[in-house]
Amino acid sequence: MAMLHTVNKSPFERTALQSCLGHALDGASVLLFEDGVYGALKGTGVSGEVAEAMGRVKFYVLGPDLRARGLREDRLIDGIQVVGYDGFVDLVTSHDNVQAWL
Amino acid sequence: MSEIKKFMYVNRKAPYGTIYALESLEVVLIGAAFDQDVSLAFLDDGVFQLTKDQDTSGIGMKNFSPTYAALGDYDVTKIYVEKESLEERGLTLDDLQHLTYEDEDDDWAEKDSIRLVTREELARIMDEQDVLLSF
Repeated sequence: MAMLHTVNKSPFERTALQSCLGHALDGASVLLFEDGVYGALKGTGVSGEVAEAMGRVKFYVLGPDLRARGLREDRLIDGIQVVGYDGFVDLVTSHDNVQAWL
Repeated sequence: MSEIKKFMYVNRKAPYGTIYALESLEVVLIGAAFDQDVSLAFLDDGVFQLTKDQDTSGIGMKNFSPTYAALGDYDVTKIYVEKESLEERGLTLDDLQHLTYEDEDDDWAEKDSIRLVTREELARIMDEQDVLLSF
């Protein structure tokens, strides 16, 4: 079942998220973790791009990394699903392949 | 012998600012011993790894760029370079090394290893892989 893309860099410092979205095919999933979680926030310079991609790609964000950064779920773009480490593992095993955008 | 899998090494970093590019190249050369279906992708700043005329004599680092020309001898013959990444950086194929391999199925004819692909084409090629190794 499609590709899981992982992004662990802030979209405000690196272009990993933008590259990921440029290569994610319809039906793929994107998991934001570590500094990648900043890409899940609403009202930022990249949230429009993320929201637009949500029409064709499913987004997940790692809860422990959000909480570590003092970010609550109400700061997230609507429709982004928060997962734990167990959810991270489930995502890896339920997709055909994983691509890490370092 | 186990089945052959499609391995793609994804290169997205410029060569000397971090160790990623050199590490990727070393893993590719080690991995070449395992008779898998290997390809390399160069996109984003990764395209800078393949520029010709690199000279590191002034920075005290090993110039590993000549090694890319040896990949063909290791049966690494599919090197995908993303067109949009080149254009965004003001580069053309002429700025890159001319990498070739000898095709054993075609009387050892010399052929180009670099295949210029669009972002969309590369996305689909990535989707066909069994394993993606990111650098």
